[in-house]
Amino acid sequence: MKIQIDNLRFTYPTGLEALRGISLTIEAGEQVAIVGQNGAGKTTLVRHFNGLLQPTVGSVLIGDWDTKKYPVAKLASRVGYVFQNPDEQLFSKDVGTEIRFGPRNLGYSKEKIDGLVKRALALTELSDKTETNPYDLSPTWRKMVALASVIAMDTPIVIFDEPTTGQDAPSITRIAHVIAELRREGKTVITITHDIDFCAENFERVIALSEGQVLLDGAAIDVFGQDEILAQTYVEPPQLTRLGKRLGLKETVRNQEEFLNALKR
Amino acid sequence: MAFINLQNVTYKYPLTKTPVLQNINLQINEGEFVAVIGPNGAGKSTLCYTLAGFVPHFFKGEISGTVEVAGMESSKSTLDEWVLNVGLAFQNPFNQISGAKYTVFEEIAFGLENTGVPRDEMKTRVEEALKLTDISNLADRSPYSLSGGQQQRVALTSILVMQPKLLVLDEPTSQMDPIGTREVFGVIRKMAEDGMTVVMVEHKVEWIANFADRVIALKDGQILLEGKPSEVLTSDVLAENGFGISRYTSTAREAKKQGLWKKENLPVTLDEAVEGFSNW
Repeated sequence: MKIQIDNLRFTYPTGLEALRGISLTIEAGEQVAIVGQNGAGKTTLVRHFNGLLQPTVGSVLIGDWDTKKYPVAKLASRVGYVFQNPDEQLFSKDVGTEIRFGPRNLGYSKEKIDGLVKRALALTELSDKTETNPYDLSPTWRKMVALASVIAMDTPIVIFDEPTTGQDAPSITRIAHVIAELRREGKTVITITHDIDFCAENFERVIALSEGQVLLDGAAIDVFGQDEILAQTYVEPPQLTRLGKRLGLKETVRNQEEFLNALKR
Repeated sequence: MAFINLQNVTYKYPLTKTPVLQNINLQINEGEFVAVIGPNGAGKSTLCYTLAGFVPHFFKGEISGTVEVAGMESSKSTLDEWVLNVGLAFQNPFNQISGAKYTVFEEIAFGLENTGVPRDEMKTRVEEALKLTDISNLADRSPYSLSGGQQQRVALTSILVMQPKLLVLDEPTSQMDPIGTREVFGVIRKMAEDGMTVVMVEHKVEWIANFADRVIALKDGQILLEGKPSEVLTSDVLAENGFGISRYTSTAREAKKQGLWKKENLPVTLDEAVEGFSNW
């Protein structure tokens, strides 16, 4: 499902203009990472996709729906949103109930809900924790519960707001696996992240925001090649990209495989 | 005697069955910058709470062994003595912001108000702290109107302003942008050089290697490895135990197998990687 953003501007009630004229198209099934300085407007932007925020100027279309004309509850059938802080979205007495809540609200059949919940639990490796209260889990596993509860809604568009924050290496691998699985199913995945190495290894397209505007937008490899522009929004290229550049490799590299291949040439 | 001295410390929260920290022995000198790494559930946050006196004074539970920090002994002192010497920045800044203040400036003054610092001194110290972490431009904003990373800078600043002898930081840069992260590491390094002792839980291995004096790798409540960043962070043991490692290290390890990395030691930092790969 396509997302079309046309000249989007947003001003908070305090007078802070967080988005200053953003136009973007995200095609169905794209995997997009949004990067940029703290306060650049990343979270403000994605909160427009499910109607949590409404444009002050301009428009956001989710498929053929203008977010101004559809309530958040309705948009939730098209856009799933995993919050930065899982504690802002979890409220059920156990993990199983928490994950059923979303798909049940969307009015799916019991069979479909059972299937979706089972798959979400398996993907996030929570199958043995369905009886546990989410708040008895460590923050790492609470994040997985938040992820599972959104994946279970089976929306064509899924947004992750800083999924790897505070996660350990096995958990980051698990999140990468979830994203790969969603890609395989043809879903659009939009992720805000400061973890540039994670970004390089899992996303094809990167959008860099700066002070409420799009600074760079393109294939990850092209965006990461422009380190001086990226620095304007406090982002550094991935570790291996920086290494390749320092070594004077001809092409921009993003990951281990590309780096070693370029080195051999 | 060491500034921090933990002897055979074992601790269990009131409702858990197994100890979260098991027989921890740890000595840290004044002015040292120590990074703590480890997978989920290793006991990193609990170690922070122990150094900050929250364990056992706030969380209760069962503790054995001795905890000495800045000349205080945990079992013989109270939390209000402890807070004058030790500052703790929580993992989640949302949990730290008081909720009682309308502006960032007032939020950062909150700790000083509670410890009876005179008004003029308080203002000067808040202004200096805001400059130090480069958030003077946020002074008049509401703490709750900030982005995650900005909130995290406020939480950190509200501890730095107290000028504690020991600074305990639980993933202080987790929500910060990359260059902001490096700046904050630089600020903390400077504090350590000026004599503040720093214990910091962190996953960002590259910056630990660039700034910390020593690394402690925790797993299942025990110290698995301890030593210089360049030694601990390149150890094969880490990758096998669910620790995050730098891409420079993992890539050089693979390159070594293919004969593309000739040096004995693996790199952790960009400079080390550049040096090693320049003449393969």
